[in-house]
Amino acid sequence: MTAPAGAGFLDRRLLFFSGKGGVGKSTVTAATALLAAERGRRVLLVEVDAKGNLTALFEQPPVGFQPREVYPGVFAMQMRTEDALREYLRLQLRVPVLARVGPLARVLDFVASAAPGVREILTVGKVCSEVRESQDGRADWDLVVVDAAATGHIVSQLDSPRAIQELVAVGPVRQQTEWMIELLSDPATTALHVVTTPEEMPVNETIGLVQRARTELTVPFGSVIVNRVLPEPFTRADEPVFDALLGGPARDVLDAEVGSGSGAVLEATRLAVSMRRSRATQLSRLRAVLDVPLVYLPYLFVRDHGLRVTRMVAEHLAAELGL
Amino acid sequence: MTSSSLEPLLASREIVVFCGSGGVGKTTTAAAAALAAATELGGRVLVLTIDPARRLADALGLEAIGNVERRVPDEALRAVGLEPRGELFAAMLDTKASWDDLVLRHAPDEETAYRVLGNSLYQNITARFVQSHDYIAMERLYDLHTNGRYDLIVVDTPPTRNAIDFLEAPSRMAEFFGGRLLRWLTVPYRLTGRRGARMMNVASRPFYQLADRVLGSQLLQDIAEFFLNFQSMYDGFVARAEAVERLLHDRRTSFAVVTTLEGAPLREAELFVHELGKRHLPLGALVLNRVLPPYLTSAEGQRAATALAERPADVAKALVGVGDATFDDPERTARVLATAAATYRDYSVVATRERELRAELARVPDVLATVPALPDEVHDLAGLARIGRALLATP
Repeated sequence: MTAPAGAGFLDRRLLFFSGKGGVGKSTVTAATALLAAERGRRVLLVEVDAKGNLTALFEQPPVGFQPREVYPGVFAMQMRTEDALREYLRLQLRVPVLARVGPLARVLDFVASAAPGVREILTVGKVCSEVRESQDGRADWDLVVVDAAATGHIVSQLDSPRAIQELVAVGPVRQQTEWMIELLSDPATTALHVVTTPEEMPVNETIGLVQRARTELTVPFGSVIVNRVLPEPFTRADEPVFDALLGGPARDVLDAEVGSGSGAVLEATRLAVSMRRSRATQLSRLRAVLDVPLVYLPYLFVRDHGLRVTRMVAEHLAAELGL
Repeated sequence: MTSSSLEPLLASREIVVFCGSGGVGKTTTAAAAALAAATELGGRVLVLTIDPARRLADALGLEAIGNVERRVPDEALRAVGLEPRGELFAAMLDTKASWDDLVLRHAPDEETAYRVLGNSLYQNITARFVQSHDYIAMERLYDLHTNGRYDLIVVDTPPTRNAIDFLEAPSRMAEFFGGRLLRWLTVPYRLTGRRGARMMNVASRPFYQLADRVLGSQLLQDIAEFFLNFQSMYDGFVARAEAVERLLHDRRTSFAVVTTLEGAPLREAELFVHELGKRHLPLGALVLNRVLPPYLTSAEGQRAATALAERPADVAKALVGVGDATFDDPERTARVLATAAATYRDYSVVATRERELRAELARVPDVLATVPALPDEVHDLAGLARIGRALLATP
């Protein structure tokens, strides 16, 4: 099931962003949160992998499990499974005291941090419960934006309620996985976006993930956001001129006119042209293989990072989505 | 004195673990280092990769997933102008098969082994969940190292949530199988005997009361039965995990941290370097990957770009004199020149940022290798050889 990009992009309540490492997933996630806040939404921004870098994109110090406003309208939190487990026990199962009993507390910490699968379900559970609380009027997020697991892990993360459901036949956990699955599967509520760059490995992983999401997940697919698209330096008609500039006689003229650095300028341009070409091939592959909406964001030739860049990405995103 | 060559490292160690955050080119760099070691230094060299790009896997002759080591044929190396002094092997990590091997090895009897392998909880844990990959990569490395068939093993690490996860995997695994949790979970079953255990009345114990309420007694029983079967193996498991941990600390092992000169990966690389130090693990080298060429920040380059940007029309007019018909339209030529100048300046901004980040490196290790940015991603032996030469700092 494919949800359209564009106008509806910010109208869902829960957006997951995945992508291969290094493609700018966190930046795009932060830019989405910023854009939504600028459009009047109250946003909860959730960092799942405990790297603590997400708030740097707003030039703010790291946050913990308790959300803190990092930009007007954007509240950021970092997922901590130990805290999520405690909160779950306290709120959902009403076991406030038990979780603090000595050896039990250690066991719970251990379960939360080391037992396979627990981290995934607690993460998704916390995110889903924030959305549900908002729908029921007990929390006031218009939108929850999740900097989710990378392409290799996102399926097991988003599929964890179903995995748990296979294991647990009865009881409160079973019931909770049921409403979580319902919420995650609702195209009016939830979407999964994948961030990529037009390079071979990220494109491979994106294609693989889109296909897996279709067969293994009930979470509605949003769009593929192609980040760092390089500009086309020349039109096809102008290309022969550049090729001719690389020849001996032209080089002599250039050296005489602008100095010996002309070689560096031509070399840089040649590098840019071949990088653009190899990326164009990957863009064509994405277009040919996938029938999901593609959203393009340009490569930013900027010196700094931080809030200014997050804002620039948000502006490009808004322009591209027609928002 | 900082060296720019990985040669001493690759020549003196038996294991070099390549780590770094996702997307920095770890897999390619590890493969290139192994290739360089096999062709330039000699010996039997194995590269253990985790999830190579299809074309890279093809180039290394790894057609199918499986825990089989394959020799990269000498003819394939000679075809790209390399004269191998040693032998290059490649293997891919098959998580599921490695786990199954481990169970088969440590089970007291076949019946227990197959009961574990058939257990749905076991299948869930090994196939579905991420943390099990970190450990099994280290476990497989241990296995390959102890069999003694290779002089050097170059290891690519799995894409972890953060780079230090896999360092902790062996001790976490030892704790998991030897730890309190297992004892807690299996207490009521141990009291009633090992097989055919039934939940006894332990409702008075808060933990079971809670676990029962949360998970249901059926699951609790499945878990306990699974762990009871595992208990017969866990001495073997714990001993093994501890051996893996010792191997990471062994002086024959070293670590190479790979990063690009971008903010987030570099921060993570520095964190990783810090964590290695904290654990007394040796940092062998830092590899700066995909570094833009130095001419992008040269003074002459800057001057030329500025001049071209300021007066493209003049230069275009001068070019008409060359006698090449391609330059007959000065307007078109001026457009191309202005674009070239703008392109240089764009890339110069990025190269300047890279240079600043490099200058800010908090701790520079003894070996700091630089691999230049290549226009295309590398997935053939010729490309790997190029990166390999950069890693050894040979022309």
